[in-house]
Amino acid sequence: MTVSTRQPYARQPYDRVVVCAPVTVPYVRFSTESAAWWIGRALHGLLTQSGLRLADLDGFALSSFTAGPDTAIGLTQHLGLCPRWLDHIPLGGASAVVALRRAARAVQAGDASIVACVAADTNHVDSFRKTLASFSRFAQDAVYPYGSGGPNASFALITRNYMKQFGATREDFGKICVAERDNALANPLALMKQKLTLDAYLAARPIADPIHLFDCVMPCAGAEAFLVCREDIARSLGLKVVRILATIERHNAFPDDPVQIRGGWAMDVDDLWSMAGVAPDAIDFIQTYDDYPVISMMQFEDLGFCKKGEGPDFVRGHTLTHDGSFPHNTSGGQLSVGQAGAAGGFLGLVEAVRQLTGETIGAVVPDAQRGLVSGFGMINYDRGLSSCAAILARSA
Amino acid sequence: MSKPLSRPKRKNPLQRTRLPLLPHGQRSRKAHCLTAAAAEGRFMLQVCDDCSHTLYPVRDACPHCLGINLPFRDVRPDGRLVVETTVRISTDPYFRERTPWRVGTVQLDAGPLVIAHLHGDAVEGERVRLSLKLDKSGAAVMIALPAVETPDMQADPILREMTCDPQFRRVLITDGRTAVGQAMAKAFCEAGASIVFVGIANAWKPYPGMDQLAALEQVEIVPLDVTDSQSIADLAAQNGGRIDIVINTAEHVRAGGIIGRGSVIEAREEMDVRYFGLMRMAQSFGPALRFRGADGQSSAAAFVNLLSVHALMNWPSFGAHSATEAACLSAAQCLRAELRPGGVKVLNVFFGPLETEWFQTVPPPKLAPSLLAKAVVQALRQGLEDAFVGDIAQDIRERLAANPKALERELGDA
Amino acid sequence: MSAPDLLAFAQSVASGAVRVVDLTQTLTPEFPTIALPPEFGQCAPFRLEEVSRYDARGPAWYWNNFSMGEHTGTHFDAPIHWVSGKDLPDNAVDTIPPHHFIAPAVVIDCSAQAAKDADFALSVADLQAWEATHGPIPARSWVLLRTDWSKQSPAAFAGLREDGAHTPGPAPEAVRWLVEQRDVLGFGTETIGTDAGQAHHFNPPYPAHFYMHGKGRYGLQCLTNLDLLPPVGAVIMAAPLKIRQGSGSPLRVLALVNGSEAGR
Repeated sequence: MTVSTRQPYARQPYDRVVVCAPVTVPYVRFSTESAAWWIGRALHGLLTQSGLRLADLDGFALSSFTAGPDTAIGLTQHLGLCPRWLDHIPLGGASAVVALRRAARAVQAGDASIVACVAADTNHVDSFRKTLASFSRFAQDAVYPYGSGGPNASFALITRNYMKQFGATREDFGKICVAERDNALANPLALMKQKLTLDAYLAARPIADPIHLFDCVMPCAGAEAFLVCREDIARSLGLKVVRILATIERHNAFPDDPVQIRGGWAMDVDDLWSMAGVAPDAIDFIQTYDDYPVISMMQFEDLGFCKKGEGPDFVRGHTLTHDGSFPHNTSGGQLSVGQAGAAGGFLGLVEAVRQLTGETIGAVVPDAQRGLVSGFGMINYDRGLSSCAAILARSA
Repeated sequence: MSKPLSRPKRKNPLQRTRLPLLPHGQRSRKAHCLTAAAAEGRFMLQVCDDCSHTLYPVRDACPHCLGINLPFRDVRPDGRLVVETTVRISTDPYFRERTPWRVGTVQLDAGPLVIAHLHGDAVEGERVRLSLKLDKSGAAVMIALPAVETPDMQADPILREMTCDPQFRRVLITDGRTAVGQAMAKAFCEAGASIVFVGIANAWKPYPGMDQLAALEQVEIVPLDVTDSQSIADLAAQNGGRIDIVINTAEHVRAGGIIGRGSVIEAREEMDVRYFGLMRMAQSFGPALRFRGADGQSSAAAFVNLLSVHALMNWPSFGAHSATEAACLSAAQCLRAELRPGGVKVLNVFFGPLETEWFQTVPPPKLAPSLLAKAVVQALRQGLEDAFVGDIAQDIRERLAANPKALERELGDA
Repeated sequence: MSAPDLLAFAQSVASGAVRVVDLTQTLTPEFPTIALPPEFGQCAPFRLEEVSRYDARGPAWYWNNFSMGEHTGTHFDAPIHWVSGKDLPDNAVDTIPPHHFIAPAVVIDCSAQAAKDADFALSVADLQAWEATHGPIPARSWVLLRTDWSKQSPAAFAGLREDGAHTPGPAPEAVRWLVEQRDVLGFGTETIGTDAGQAHHFNPPYPAHFYMHGKGRYGLQCLTNLDLLPPVGAVIMAAPLKIRQGSGSPLRVLALVNGSEAGR
C-alpha cells in the first residue's frame, strides 16, 4: 500500500469554536515598562471584556519579541495563569492567524476551552536596534552587517525589484498609505493623528531607496489580544462572536525566487477559498500585514483578488478606505497605528473581529459580513518566511 | 568610475578626531570560516559533499538534502547584481556616519543569493564579482565589485573602508638596515604612501644601501631601535599621531636549534628584537593607531608583522628562530584583538627563507625581499589579515593543514 | 713614614684643593658598543626599562631596570677577559686586589696625531719622547692615551668603514715596552677598546689586550675628560662591580687632581 503525502485529509470546518473579546492596550511610542507589563494589561483587558476570571483561562498563546529571557511558560507564573494548553508563537506578523488556528483546533478537540491569545511588546529607546542585530542567525551573519538598515533595507530591495518587474510606482504605494491614514484618523488608538496627502508621501525623506519615510511603520509599545473559545461558553457569557471559515499557513515558500515577489499564500490560496466556500468577491474587507505597502500589494495578488503583476492596476482601480470599493486595513494598519512588535501581527485580526461583531472603535465597514485577515513575517534573511490567512464571518 | 583619491588636506589641528566605531561584528561560529577565507583573500562558500549545492548564508545542514558535510571550498565569485538599494538611514552608529551606503542582492552563478556591499562601479542588472573582505569589525563581509577592473577602483570609499591601501597614508618601517626594510621602503614609495618613515638604529653604524634609501623621495629617516624602549617612545611621542601603517621589519635570523646554542644569549637577542620589539612597538604606537582608526580618508589602518612561516611549525635548522617567530605570532593575535576596537588590522605576512645573507646556505626556492615587499603592499590593498608569500610558505601552509605531525617530522629531518 | 692624614685628604676634596674629574661617559642606549662580526656573540648595549615613575606601577617611587654587557660604556677590562690572561691568579673583577683600584696615572697627549690620522698607532718612540719631557713613567701607574676621541660624533667615534673600525690605539711594541720596561698597572683610552680599530691586523692582533692581560694588567676604555688631567700627578679611582668571575664591568672612573693643575 502506498500513502500519498500529496493528498491530505479533507479540511475540517471550525465548528463549535468562535473568536471574541477583541482587546487593544493603547500604544505608546516608547515605554519604560516591560513586555510582562503589557501582557498583563492585555489579559486584564480580556477578563474585563468577557467577564471571565483569570482561573477560567485554560489556554494561553503568547507572541512577543521582547519578553526575553521569558517565554509563555515564565509568564504563567508571573501573571498567575494555570492553563492546560500553552503555546509560544514567535512568528511576528504571522502570529495572530497561527495562534487562531492552533487555539481553534485545541478547543475543538477538547484540549482547552478558553484560550487567551496575546501579542505584546514593549519598546525601550534602544530595543529596536538590539532586536534587529540578533533577530536571526542569518540576519546576524549575512544581513545586519550590510548597512544595518534593518527591514527598511530588506524591503527596499523587494520593493525596487517589484517596481521594476511589475511597473508599480511610488504613487501606487502612496495610495495604499494615504487610504490607511484616512482610516486611522477615525481610530482614537492610532498613533498617527495627522492626515497624510499623496504629495506629503511623495516628498518624504528617503530611508533606503525606494523606501521613504511613510512607507515605514513606527516601532512602538502595545498589546493586542483575543479569545478563542467554545461557542457555548461565549454565548452563555453573552459575548459577540465571530466564526472562522477558513485558514492557511505556509513557511519558507518559493526559496528559488531571486527576490521575493510572492508569499506562501500563492501556494495555498485555492485551499483557502475552497475551505471558506466563498469567492473573493464575497469579502467585505481585508486586513493585510502592511509593514511596507509593497507587501500589501502582493497579498492582494497572492490571495486571489487579482493576478500576479496586476497589483498596481488593482490599487489604481479601487478605493481602499473603509467606505471604499475595497476596504483595507480599516483601523489604519500598522503604517498609521504603529507597530507594537508582535502585536503588529495581531492588529488586523483584532480589527477584523471588531468589524464583524460591531464592536468597532473607529471607522466602520458598512454591513460587513466576511473579512479576510492575512499575516506575514519573519525576515530571516532576504525575505519574509511566514505567510498565513484566515477568513472570518459575522455570527448569526 | 571611482573618483580618484586626492592628497588629503592638512588636518585642522583644532578639529576633534572622529572616534572609531565598528559595524556589527558578531557571527555564528561557522560563519567565521568566511572570516578565515577573507583573511587570506579567498572566496569560499560551503559546498555540500552529498548533493554538490553551493550554500549561503552559512548553514549547519544542507537545505537540499540535509547533508552535514558542508566544507568551505573555493567557489567562482561571479554573478549578477539583481537589485540594489541605498541605505540612507541606519540603526547602527557606524553606518549612520557613513550613509548613503549601497547594498544589493547578488545572484551567484554558483546558485546562492548574497546580500552584499556594493562597490561604486557595481551596476544593477550587470555582472559583478563578489569578494570576501574583513570589515572594520574584523568579520567577513561580501562586497560586489565590477566584473572587470575599473579606473581608480581602489579609491571607492566603501572598498577603502575594508582595505588598508597605502596610497596617501603615512607608513613607518621599523628597520631600514635590512634588505627587507629597504625593499619595503621602495615598494611603499611606489604605492603612493605620502611619507615613509624608516627607522635606523645606531646611526653611527653605516649600512649597505644607506644612500639609495635616503634618496627615495618620500623617505624620512628617523632614529629607531626596537630594542630600546626609550627610542620607540621618543619616536611615538614625535610622530605616533602621524603614522597610519606600521611595518615591523626588524629581524634577527640565526641558524641553529636549542642544544647546540650552548646559552640563551642569542635567543634572548632574538626575543628582544622580535618579540619584545613587537611588544614595545605595539605599546608605543598602538594607542594612537587605535585612536585614529576612523580619522578620515587616510585613517590609521594596519600593523604589519613579517613572520617566518616556521612560526606555525618549527624548523629545527632554525629552531630557536622558529620559536621566537611563534612567540611573535601569538603576540600578533593578541594585538589583533587589542587593535580591533579601532578598526585597525593586524596583517601577518608569512614567508619561507629569504634571498638574504642569513639564509645564504639554504637551498632555493628563496624569496626575494622585493617580492615580499610587493606582496605586503598587495595584501594591504586587499585588506588581508594573513598572507602566505612564496612557494615555501604555501607549501608549509598546505602541509600543516593536511598533516601537522608529518610536517613536524619532516622538518626535523630536513 | 708618618701615618697618612685621610681626614686632611677628605677636607682637600671638599675644599677643592683636590679636584675630582669624572672620566666617565653617561650610560645611554645610543652610546656605541664594540662592533664584532654579526655571527659572533655581541656585547649588549645599555638598555633602561622604567619599572615605575610615581604611577600605577609604583605610586610614590621611580626606578628602572637596566641591562648591558660587561664591556658597555666606560668600562674596566680584567686579565681574564683575554685568553692570554685566562690562567693568571686573581684575574677577574671579583678577585683583583682592591688596592689596585686606586693608582696614579700619566696622560700621553696624542690628540694632534689622532686628529690627523684615525689609524694613529702609539709607538715606543712616542713614549720615549713623552718621558723626555715628563720623566719616566712610574711603575704601577695607569697610562692613559689622550686622543680627544671622546669629543667625536658617534659615527666618527665608532669610525666604522667598509674595512672595519678606524680608531687610534697602541702599536704592539709600545704595549710590550710599557708592561716589560715600565711595569705599568694598565692602559686606558677614550676609544671603544684599548686597542686600535685596525688592531686585528697587528702582530699579535689586539696587542693591548694580549700583552696587558697576559701579564695581569688592566684596561680602561671609553674614558672622557682626559684633557682635564695633568700629564703626571693624577690619581685614578677605578673600581669595577664585583661580578663573580667577571671579565670586566662598567664603572665610574674618577681622577683626583691637584686643584691648581686641573681644568687647564
